[in-house]
Amino acid sequence: MSAYRRRLRVGATGLTVAALLLTATACGGTTRENSGNESGGGSQASGAANPDAPIKEGLKIAFLPKQVNNPYFTVSDNGGKTAVTEIKGEFKEVGPSEASASSQVSYINTLSQQGMDVIVTSANDPNAICGALNQAKAAGAKIVTFDSDTKPECRQIFVNQVTAEGIAENQVKLISEQIGGEGEIAILSATANATNQNAWIELMKEELKKPEYSKIKLVTVAYGNDEDQKSFQETQGLLQSYPNLKGIISPTTVGVAAAARYLSGSQYKGKVKLTGLGTPNQMREYVKDGTVDAFALWNPADLGYLAAYAGAALASGQITGAEGEKFTAGKLGEYTVGKDGVVVLGPPTVFDKNNIDQFDF
Amino acid sequence: MSVTAGAPERVDGHPPTGPDPRRRGLAERLLAVRELSLLLALAALVLVTTLRNERFLSGQSVKDLLLGCAILVILAVGQTLVIVTRNVDLSVGSILGLVAFATGSLFLAAPGTPWPVALLLGVALGALCGVVNGGLIAVAKVPALVITLGTLYAFRGVDYYWASGRQINAADMPRSFLRLGNQTVLGVPVLFLVALVVVAVVGYYLRAYRSGRELYAIGSEPAAARLSGIPVGRRVFAVFVANGALAGLAGVLYAARFGTLDAAAGTGLELQVVAAAVVGGVAIFGGSGSAYGAALGAVLLTTIGSSLAVLRIDPFWQQAVVGALILAAIGLDRLLAVRMAARLRGRSAHGA
Repeated sequence: MSAYRRRLRVGATGLTVAALLLTATACGGTTRENSGNESGGGSQASGAANPDAPIKEGLKIAFLPKQVNNPYFTVSDNGGKTAVTEIKGEFKEVGPSEASASSQVSYINTLSQQGMDVIVTSANDPNAICGALNQAKAAGAKIVTFDSDTKPECRQIFVNQVTAEGIAENQVKLISEQIGGEGEIAILSATANATNQNAWIELMKEELKKPEYSKIKLVTVAYGNDEDQKSFQETQGLLQSYPNLKGIISPTTVGVAAAARYLSGSQYKGKVKLTGLGTPNQMREYVKDGTVDAFALWNPADLGYLAAYAGAALASGQITGAEGEKFTAGKLGEYTVGKDGVVVLGPPTVFDKNNIDQFDF
Repeated sequence: MSVTAGAPERVDGHPPTGPDPRRRGLAERLLAVRELSLLLALAALVLVTTLRNERFLSGQSVKDLLLGCAILVILAVGQTLVIVTRNVDLSVGSILGLVAFATGSLFLAAPGTPWPVALLLGVALGALCGVVNGGLIAVAKVPALVITLGTLYAFRGVDYYWASGRQINAADMPRSFLRLGNQTVLGVPVLFLVALVVVAVVGYYLRAYRSGRELYAIGSEPAAARLSGIPVGRRVFAVFVANGALAGLAGVLYAARFGTLDAAAGTGLELQVVAAAVVGGVAIFGGSGSAYGAALGAVLLTTIGSSLAVLRIDPFWQQAVVGALILAAIGLDRLLAVRMAARLRGRSAHGA
């Protein structure tokens, strides 16, 4: 019995090794093919931009989000699809189901082999996909990042949802209005290591130093790790540790929904104010039952929409990604490329009980 | 790996710790000590936290604690059934996620569905997942650890495919269902009452029913159990179905409690569940442990989480502190077990 088992195990190991070898060969093949492309059609070094160039029809535009099963990216990719339909292009969405650093590389390789005109991606890691993106660029594709950037040299345009300053300003203003301009507040963040969250929190602290916010005191920052259960517990902990707490800012969609759900079923409902960054669909219930007055978010659909237009403008030669160039993004109007090829979507939208039913995402 | 699905050979020389009918009195005392030490640890934790912040024992806070542990308690009790037979089910987090999303989808598709129907369907779907687990283990004769590691990804994959990036929100589910997640009866959350019923039923079954006792025999020594005529395969299969059904129940309750559901719900929960059972004195090598202990383990773990938030421990340290507390609980438990074993040896030498 045990000898039989051992044989089985050896067999399995052999299979695994074979599979690994196969994968390695496949990867090698991909790379070689790409370098061939590079030497062949590497004439992507674009000349001067022609602002009057029309948007080309039939552009092949691919969206590669961080992961495909994330509601946020589903909405933004659908925004991109709307834009691509408007300009009569071909839309495609591919992506990994896990948001790990290197999972996007093989997708980029495949897309560049398929001769995409534009690859719109949200990077899981600022460095890991750079090599693949550079190869895709060499093969003639234009690269646009949205939501999460790579290193600036790996793409032409980064569509930023909002500036960090814009978020800090908006969040502090919202909580100040809701608590009447004075009292203790706390922040419920995602993980303690999240770079963007920490940048926003630092800027919020700066913002709170302004004279109009002098009566507001930030007592602590708690971390809910973007888990429902942990965010629940941290909200409970905040309310118990700080009896005089007037308001909570939760600039993360998981945190704000969990905190709202907790507050709506507790004695603190309506007494402790909550604002943050959340989607209208997840917050609708709590805005209607009076737990939350107002919260904010950029419109992810608009983000994808703008990214698609930026890509089309690049592929049509309207812009090259240099500072100061202008392009028009359909219904959103005109945008100007900023420093390092960054295009900012605009200030976040504020949702309250009067406008929340106009949004569905 | 000692976690095998009924493989006859024992590699390690680990002594079986199952209750011996001749010393039932002693075994029960051993059991009592285990649960007592957990209760003591829990009391110490609550006391220390309350000394730092008296609001920790306020009505709202106690309600939150009870609500917070309910789902983990149900999962830990289900896991106990499995671990006692010297198996393990790592797919419970994925089953919970799948059932939670299914429940949300049901309300989206048929908004008028009464919640008891949703509850029953959720339990049935969980049981179906359990049938898959149990069936694969019975057919493939491969350790449950490996099979359920596979189904962990398989069930989650089905969930991903089904959800395909959608999110279901509180506004999509009926109020009556969501109230279930928050409602209290005489100050006790409904979710906790459900968990209590599960603990009582499973605890009584394991203790008093013949088939319940047989689970311990299977976990202590599968070969001996088979020789003494216990239908090992059938019992193990049933245990996985029961655990799946309980995970399904937990999934429905998860949907009612959190209201926001996407395909990632319950990711990583399985390790917490196993930790809760082990902290609760359920031996990972099978043959020993009780549903009550596992439930207490789950309460202890949840309370640790809540009290760290109240004590305002530096978030960078929190995970390490949780880990240290788990190790301390297991260490204490092991110490007591070794002492008790020594005392038992002394007695039996005298007695025989």
